[in-house]
Amino acid sequence: MSEARETLAPGEAVQRLKFYQKGTFTVGNRLVGEDERSVQASQDRSNALTCGHRACQGCGEALGARYAIDAAMRATGKDMIAVNATGCLEVFTTPYPETSWQLPWVHSLFGNAAAVATGVAAAMRVKNKRTRVVAQGGDGGTTDIGFQCLSGMFERNDDVLYICYDNEGYMNTGVQRSSATPPAARTATTPAVGDEPGNVFGTGKSVPKIAVAHNIPYVATATVADLHDLERKVTKAMSVHGARYIQINVPCPLGWGAASHDTIHLARLAVECGLYPIFEAEHGRITHVRKIRKQVPVTDYLKRQRRFAHLFKGDRPDPRVARLQAMCDANIADYGLVAGADEEV
Amino acid sequence: MTQNHPFAITLDVGTSLVNHTGSWRTVRPEYVHRLPPCNHACPAGEDIQGWLAHAEGGDYEAAWRALVQNNPLPAVMGRVCYHPCEGACNRAQIDSAVGINSVERFLGDLAIEKGWRFDAPPAPSGKKALIVGAGPSGLSAAYHLARLGHAVTIREAGPLPGGMMRFGIPKYRLPREILDAEVQRICALGVTIEYNSKVSNIRDAMRDGGFDAAFLAVGAHIAKRAYIPAAGAAKVLDAVQVLRSMEGEDKPLLGRRVVVYGGGNTAIDVARTARRLGAEEAVIVYRRTREKMPAHDFEVEEALEEGVLMKWLSTIKNVDGGSITVEKMALDDKGFPQPTGEYETLEADSVILALGQDVDLSLLEGVEGLNVRDGVVEVGPNMMTGATGIFAGGDMVPSERTVTVAVGHGKKAARHIDAWLRGQTYAPAPKHEIASFDKLNAWYYGEAPKTVRPTLEVARRTSSFDEVVKGLDESNALYEARRCLSCGNCFECDNCYGVCPDNSVVKLGPGKGFEFNYDFCKGCGVCASECPCGAIVMTQEAI
Ligand SMILES: Cc1cc2nc3c(=O)[nH]c(=O)nc-3n(C[C@H](O)[C@H](O)[C@H](O)COP(=O)(O)OP(=O)(O)OC[C@H]3O[C@@H](n4cnc5c(N)ncnc54)[C@H](O)[C@@H]3O)c2cc1C
Ligand SMILES: Cc1ncc(C[n+]2csc(CCOP(=O)(O)OP(=O)(O)O)c2C)c(N)n1
Ligand code: SF4
Ligand SMILES: [Mg+2]
Repeated sequence: MSEARETLAPGEAVQRLKFYQKGTFTVGNRLVGEDERSVQASQDRSNALTCGHRACQGCGEALGARYAIDAAMRATGKDMIAVNATGCLEVFTTPYPETSWQLPWVHSLFGNAAAVATGVAAAMRVKNKRTRVVAQGGDGGTTDIGFQCLSGMFERNDDVLYICYDNEGYMNTGVQRSSATPPAARTATTPAVGDEPGNVFGTGKSVPKIAVAHNIPYVATATVADLHDLERKVTKAMSVHGARYIQINVPCPLGWGAASHDTIHLARLAVECGLYPIFEAEHGRITHVRKIRKQVPVTDYLKRQRRFAHLFKGDRPDPRVARLQAMCDANIADYGLVAGADEEV
Repeated sequence: MTQNHPFAITLDVGTSLVNHTGSWRTVRPEYVHRLPPCNHACPAGEDIQGWLAHAEGGDYEAAWRALVQNNPLPAVMGRVCYHPCEGACNRAQIDSAVGINSVERFLGDLAIEKGWRFDAPPAPSGKKALIVGAGPSGLSAAYHLARLGHAVTIREAGPLPGGMMRFGIPKYRLPREILDAEVQRICALGVTIEYNSKVSNIRDAMRDGGFDAAFLAVGAHIAKRAYIPAAGAAKVLDAVQVLRSMEGEDKPLLGRRVVVYGGGNTAIDVARTARRLGAEEAVIVYRRTREKMPAHDFEVEEALEEGVLMKWLSTIKNVDGGSITVEKMALDDKGFPQPTGEYETLEADSVILALGQDVDLSLLEGVEGLNVRDGVVEVGPNMMTGATGIFAGGDMVPSERTVTVAVGHGKKAARHIDAWLRGQTYAPAPKHEIASFDKLNAWYYGEAPKTVRPTLEVARRTSSFDEVVKGLDESNALYEARRCLSCGNCFECDNCYGVCPDNSVVKLGPGKGFEFNYDFCKGCGVCASECPCGAIVMTQEAI
């Protein structure tokens, strides 16, 4: 990954505007104009996913979905349709016929969201409508069972933004392993027993990288810990046509064994330790990398989650922690996540 | 729920708004106010965070008006206050403290430049208060009493107002036109100052003038002496006298070599003054070490920069014509200086004693009920002395001796005097818990971009007292004000409103803050965790 890339600091828009030491990274900022604030700061945001949904306390997926869909609705003037794969996001929002969604929304199956969205986009084209289409699903529905439909949608460059809410497991059915589950994590299908407790090292895949390899117009990773970056990416994605992919890291308090108030904190640590690189790519080339602001060791991240508790049980340090740190270090090196001395973060 | 649902359907068609998830909650978020550490540390009780918030928005007049609610002397403060607020500032744990003092000076100077005046006092209460001494404490009390509607007369022994701000603190730290402008503004409220009007008996003065209450703020002006055998044409002066004569026509003649005896701020000021008067050598002789010096470190530093010499661990044994004999001291294991029997001779045209000051209590002779201990007058929590209706503050009561403390005493006394005059008691609002650094989520505060840092350094330096260095300009002041973290009080950053996975925070609009919608709040606590300034707490739900 040696392409020349633009390096901009998080919150750069506000920071560049003036020096707002207070409120640079916050959702809003009373000192800047309405148009420079985030969608989430606005009193008339869509609240695409409204109150009363049945997600767990502190659900990162519920939060990430509202962040993303509100931004997409702002970008499209609310002229859009969402297609949802099966998973928590579908189940906790829409126990049929009640729903939390405040926009046209379709659910079909666990593995076919990309294909259904392709069909909806085709229908809009036939009907000469400008209505935009967003498909969304969990990591299981995206990286595993829905993968073939997704790759087809990419390869045909269908006019769909596909958003994957990555909580690193099949949460809705009781926390099973997916191909997005990190190594060493305990899930119902990778219990913390035996010689290799938790998920096995060397398995899994990076769908963002695979998406980049499809040379589609736009690919990005994002996190609920950086709203400004997330909204900017969704807005940018909606400003172009063709196949687009955004994967958002959304902590799951239940599946990760974390405190419900820690959701954003954990998402932040995942990024700041280097485990979850946040980048952007256009037509197969990486164009932007979100720099780490305050680097932390991976243990800061791991220790707050019971799915990694077995790594810290014995009296000797578990060598797997070093392997996880090595993954972080490799990401930092590959993506250039740490700013050089002459770069502003 | 209606009865006739199709097979396997239990809910009605509709939105999830019918599903009140608030019932899941075991803990609930609540908005709170916490006491910012700067406010807590301010001896004058300023709402620093409050006025910084106005300054941040660029509304300097509102900032100044908020500031003078508590302290009528911001331009003076911005020069002479030792700013304990900055020592307490949470921002120091991120990069460095907010330059509160320099912003205060900026606001104070701007108010003078723009001619801003205090709001007119309310209808007269019909009560008369006498204030003795036009130093900071007396002026502060006069200001607050006038704003509470009382008729105030200050009697001042000297020819000009300001007390030690004029006759102690040298000009290079506090230009007199600044002091005059701020005093003038207080007088414009209708406060009368009678100059050259020393009060010799307080009860007589109160009776003769028909005053209902009195506030004494006579300061501490009698120089402490040490017995030093002197012979020949030795010139031994005291610091207060030297600094006071700086205000007159005839500047003191100190000679080429000046020795100052003492280790407080007054010693430093007088040595720096001697240098400015042309002394080639100004040597401070002090019995203890630099660390033990009561003078502030930055003042010692500035003095050293100006060529003032220091002799630590030394006492003056005797003064003999053009020279003095100094004995070296050594610290014992308890840290006290003990004589060593080693002597040294220093040339000195004059010796200035800066050994502290005592209070002249003659005006209180014969007053019943008064308690004097260690040469200062004891006061109760309401600033009243043991004598009914006589209140006191500033240097003459037991406390730290600074302008800011004096101003704080003046305010506090005024509030109690007001209540007392109305036959009530004044109960200050209970204090909130302190917003210590651990209550904040520091992630949300941006670092200063590197390009701005040099300007910032300059800005910080101007918080020194040196008038040679200019104050902040507008962009610096704004920048500095915006560094405030708003510890413990909502600054409407919209974080809670944004981060709630359940949309359970209602944004009420600019200036109105937020409200929780407990119908849907599940009590996850993300808002409390992500609140930058610690203005949300999670409390146990009564179940
Ligand atoms: C050289 C020097 C430098 C200092 N530098 C600083 C500094 O940088 N920052 C800081 O915070 N503090 C400083 N201080 C301390 C500060 O000046 C005092 O703590 C403060 O002025 C005390 O205020 P006050 O109102 O109690 O008394 P004063 O300021 O002493 O005022 C008392 C007034 O009462 C008058 N008075 C006395 N007796 C009578 C009477 N019987 N009748 C009528 N009037 C009377 C006096 O003439 C005087 O004007 C310094 C002090 C000195 C000596
Ligand atoms: C074909 C099929 N297989 C299995 C399921 C059961 N199922 C429903 S949701 C789900 C897991 C969803 O995981 P993910 O896509 O990661 O979403 P999450 O719940 O974690 O948000 C599974 C296995 C199904 N609905 N359809
Ligand atoms: S299981 Fe996880 S993803 Fe599903 S609702 Fe609960 S917190 Fe959200
Ligand atoms: Mg999942």
